[in-house]
Amino acid sequence: MSMTKDELFEILASGLPDADIKIEDLAGDGDHYAATIISKEFIGLNRIQQHKLVYDALGEKMGYTLHALSIKTELPKD
Amino acid sequence: MEEITKEKISEEITSSNVHLFMKGTPLFPQCGFSSTVVQILTYLEVAFTSTNVLEDEKIREGIKEYSNWPTIPQLYIKGELMGGCDIIKEMFESGELKKIFKEEDLISN
Repeated sequence: MSMTKDELFEILASGLPDADIKIEDLAGDGDHYAATIISKEFIGLNRIQQHKLVYDALGEKMGYTLHALSIKTELPKD
Repeated sequence: MEEITKEKISEEITSSNVHLFMKGTPLFPQCGFSSTVVQILTYLEVAFTSTNVLEDEKIREGIKEYSNWPTIPQLYIKGELMGGCDIIKEMFESGELKKIFKEEDLISN
């Protein structure tokens, strides 16, 4: 299974509407991406909780439609 | 998830202070992410036990439901989910992981 970079961006953006999202295609196979996500939603959460928000946006796709996603979460600078 | 799977997972998590659910074994990891976490634990000289989720499909799927974390590997310290590969790598690079192992008296040096 796989998904395009744009599809992944849409999914993440719909789950985290305020987020600044950068996606890197790691393998060109539609199955290995790295995402750096900056969002106010992460404020006050530990890393596990932050990553869980990202996984929630992906729902059932994580681990099935999408094999691997490296996640980097950050808080907004301002 | 069947009760017996849940019990098996809980037993494995609490079977040692540091337990890793991974694809493959520490000697023969079957996935880059699992291998990265094994290398970090080995570098820090932390004793750990592991479960090869590839050997049991029920555990492979059950652990994701158990922890509400959709990917493998999953590292547990004293029964608590510490994270997947990304988080463990981040914590290792920041020195936070070593600090936690020291605080929990799980590291000698």
